[in-house]
Amino acid sequence: MSAPLLEARGISKRFGGVQALRDVSLSIRAGEVYGLIGPNGAGKTSFFNVLTGLYSADQGEVRFDGQSLPLGVPHRIAGLGIARTFQNIRLFGAMSALENVMVGRHIRLHTGVLGAILRTPAARREEADTEARAHALLRYVGIDRLANQQATHLSYGDQRRLEIARALATEPRLLALDEPAAGMNATETAGLRALIEKLRGDGMTVLLIEHDVKLVMGLCDRVAVLDYGEKIAEDVPDVVRRDPRVIAAYLGREAADA
Amino acid sequence: MSADPKLKARLGIALIGVALAVLPFAVGATFGNSWVRIVDFALLYVMLALGLNIVVGFAGLLDLGYIAFYAVGAYLYALLSSPHLATAFPALFAVAPGWPVWAVLPLGALVAGLFGVMLGAPTLKLRGDYLAIVTLGFGEIIRIFLNNLNAPANITNGPQGINNIAAAQIGGHALNRPLELFGVMVPGVHLQYYFFLALTLLVVFVCVRLQDSRLGRAWVAIREDEVAARACGINTRNVKLLAFGLGATFGGVAGGLFAGFQGFVSPESFGLLESVMVLCMVVLGGMGHIPGVILGAVLLALLPEALRWGAVPVQQSLFGKVLIDPESLRLLLFGIALVVVMRWRPAGLWPSALRKRELAAHGEAA
Repeated sequence: MSAPLLEARGISKRFGGVQALRDVSLSIRAGEVYGLIGPNGAGKTSFFNVLTGLYSADQGEVRFDGQSLPLGVPHRIAGLGIARTFQNIRLFGAMSALENVMVGRHIRLHTGVLGAILRTPAARREEADTEARAHALLRYVGIDRLANQQATHLSYGDQRRLEIARALATEPRLLALDEPAAGMNATETAGLRALIEKLRGDGMTVLLIEHDVKLVMGLCDRVAVLDYGEKIAEDVPDVVRRDPRVIAAYLGREAADA
Repeated sequence: MSADPKLKARLGIALIGVALAVLPFAVGATFGNSWVRIVDFALLYVMLALGLNIVVGFAGLLDLGYIAFYAVGAYLYALLSSPHLATAFPALFAVAPGWPVWAVLPLGALVAGLFGVMLGAPTLKLRGDYLAIVTLGFGEIIRIFLNNLNAPANITNGPQGINNIAAAQIGGHALNRPLELFGVMVPGVHLQYYFFLALTLLVVFVCVRLQDSRLGRAWVAIREDEVAARACGINTRNVKLLAFGLGATFGGVAGGLFAGFQGFVSPESFGLLESVMVLCMVVLGGMGHIPGVILGAVLLALLPEALRWGAVPVQQSLFGKVLIDPESLRLLLFGIALVVVMRWRPAGLWPSALRKRELAAHGEAA
């Protein structure tokens, strides 16, 4: 068993009177697809936002590849190699699909004000390289033919793909997807599943928040379940599926006892 | 095949170049040299609008106090190129400072840029209306400072302003004096025009290069979705401060030119209405689109002068007397223009189209 790529220890987060996360610890191994599920309001997205730096945690720390993550500083976390997508797609609407992906390269580029104004050979090389890589990523997710389309004009499924391409452009070692299948029809979900399988095949570690339990159970190597901000289970899908606490959380106490 | 559009583009640039070169002579011969002066002012407004466009158009940060940076540039130039400091502080300045223009303008740009960062730093977390209110306050603070910094030490000479500012000198020739070139007398306003034009073209060049770079993309990303921009690894604090600083820099240069051109600065040139005017240029022309912003600046800079020139005779011939004085008419038409543009062309007169990038074309150019 390989060492964990990411290890969250005792994460707690409170919003006013709501304890969104209570002492959550989990670890994700390199190369696995790790699912995070739970009923609505269980704290999945809060955990995600802590992990990717949009929120700071009240307590606890996250270690990523042996380093402590600077929680609350999203651009540094992106630089360390965690990229994410959003539950409600957040693309740069006025930009083309290609430019969206090129923005994702930002943190790996070095051109400053002077380099951009003088368009030095280094800056020009970097631009050409950025564009070529962006095209390659669009091809990877299967939407390169739409490279020059405005992001908002893409279909829903393609917008999801574009968001994944943009996240991949930051060269992450952990890709965190927040409900990527939300609002998708069966064909789009199947396509998404194939894309995640492809990512896994290429060695990417994926953290997946998902409501579609079938998708999670079929796709994930391990699954953690959050309920009321606490982790109530963490194991392979087959074990989690039979866990009485999980059944209770989803279906109510009587269902678990039956 | 591929040479044809390139040739066309080069031909177009050459034509525009010739037109810009003969413009002051054509305007001077047709309308008189006072109109060349108006064209000079239009160039200053183009610089201001392009500077503000970086902040408002690219980065999406609504700034209502932009004219403060113009004021900073103008007063710095005024202090360093007029006898005022020597008169006010004879103990400190034995002779009047007479800094050369190639030193004053970059210094003005730098100081204005620092003021831009100073405004940006405390307002980083604000957006939209809230940011607009704070920047509006900042603009007013600068103006009120300039108005009152004549006591206890007379730095700005208060509401009277600073006069006797030396015009910019290039190659030992002051630009407000006519110059004989190859037997042709070139008036001072024409010389100023060429000087302003050169700097405006430089500003345009810098804007175009920045827009089409990693930084330009980061600005637009922040405008479109700040949270997503942060998640993409953009250090939004630095990138926003850069937008504020660079935008202010252009304002500082334009301010320095203004002071040297007018020979006189006073706080009343830097009121809120001026900030709003520059913002209107950006919005009416097409936020974030450089040609649109230039168009907006030229139109709005010329409009009041055209009214001043045309409104009185037109009303005289229609009604036999002047019903509305041109100054009120200007604000009226301004308001109408804004409403019309917002209703029918909300993205501006000449909005930006989605930029298409083709890898093949790019490779060919490289």
